[in-house]
Amino acid sequence: MVKITFIDTAGTARTVEGEVGSTVMETAIKNGVPGIEAECGGACACSTCHVYIEEAWREKVGEPAPMEEDMLDFAFEVKPSSRLSCQIKVTENLDGLTVRTPERQA
Amino acid sequence: MSEPIKTDVVIIGAGPVGLFAVFELGLLDMKCHLIDILDKIGGQCAELYPEKPIYDIPGVPYTSAQGLVDALLLQIKNFNAQFHLSEMVEKVEKIGDPLFRITTDQGKVFECKVLVIAAGGGSFQPKRPPIPGIEPYEGNTVHYAVRKMENFRDKRILIVGGGDSALDWTLNLQPLAKKLTLCHRRSEFRAAPASVGKMMALVDEGKVDLVVGQVTGLTGADGKLEKATIKKNDGAMADVACDAMLPFFGLTMKLGPVADWGFELKNNEYIPVDTEAFETSVPGIFAIGDINWYPGKLKLILSGFHEGALMAQKAYHYIYPDKRLVFQYTTSSTSLQRKLGVAPVPR
Repeated sequence: MVKITFIDTAGTARTVEGEVGSTVMETAIKNGVPGIEAECGGACACSTCHVYIEEAWREKVGEPAPMEEDMLDFAFEVKPSSRLSCQIKVTENLDGLTVRTPERQA
Repeated sequence: MSEPIKTDVVIIGAGPVGLFAVFELGLLDMKCHLIDILDKIGGQCAELYPEKPIYDIPGVPYTSAQGLVDALLLQIKNFNAQFHLSEMVEKVEKIGDPLFRITTDQGKVFECKVLVIAAGGGSFQPKRPPIPGIEPYEGNTVHYAVRKMENFRDKRILIVGGGDSALDWTLNLQPLAKKLTLCHRRSEFRAAPASVGKMMALVDEGKVDLVVGQVTGLTGADGKLEKATIKKNDGAMADVACDAMLPFFGLTMKLGPVADWGFELKNNEYIPVDTEAFETSVPGIFAIGDINWYPGKLKLILSGFHEGALMAQKAYHYIYPDKRLVFQYTTSSTSLQRKLGVAPVPR
């Protein structure tokens, strides 16, 4: 298990445990973290699990793949740190990961 | 008002659960019309993830979502269900006991004894960009679809997005626009490469302005747009004067008009039903699939199939109040096999 922290727009931080091999989106849904909708269930077919990766973690998390970039076009207020959380696999390497949820998903 | 289409059953939603309901109703001699807001059959399976795998259909270890839709269409082929696509049911009125009048946003009217709501997560509607103060412009000078191209003649148009809709309308509207600006958040486009090439050529000829960035604000009065403010990727702000804006950010699911049909919704989202026939609080109106709620509800396609089968048993008594329903199996019943159009298996 690794720890992942989600911070909402009000600044409230929620730290939950994620299973290695699952995704950051699944970790949020399993733990009832608000601000992540995941309308398509993790198929990289919508953009409602949009998160901003905290600066310190961007290199470790990496850049979105082209298909994910295409889906990010449907998200709002996309920033260079934007990712779809269903496309981020939880690894030991990401223990302590912090992401921010956007004001609105869709 | 147009002449009503009279049928046994109207099904709202042409996703997998609505399609299998046609099968169960068809075996019991009930004719169906299906209405769906999408321009294609298959609901979420076809719209959101046609190529994605599904592993939990009993007896089907693997299928793609589109594969499931295609297989269901084959399974119900003999029942001649009628599809009304790109239409949204706006109004449901109870005019008999039970008899319902259903009106769509295209003005089509249906009369049916049984209404089945299989609308999944609701209706797919265009996503609204979270631009502060966009509401008064919507429907006036901000449009999420182009109904009549002529309405845009000699206008200064701002199109937002990078997919096929954004690019297609850029190419189609450019010849009649006074000025056309395309705004997209990055310089790569996911639209078809041929369209992107044509758009780029228009940019080179000075016929289309391309701005890379995101719209952050709108200026105007009384629903009339004057300009949009765009934050470019380098942080600089730019104003684009425009009379109309067309944002294309794809679709999202909203419950839509279902919320206004008088059901006491569970969590403002789901229609409560009984678990005997998946009937709502209104006799003759059933809700099956992801849109319903009952204790223990699971949002699985297979649950929706089960719900459809039980629904059909009760629906039969509304359509044929004087007939006795004899339960039969497709494996052994020659009459069911005739309805399915398969040759009876010799025994």
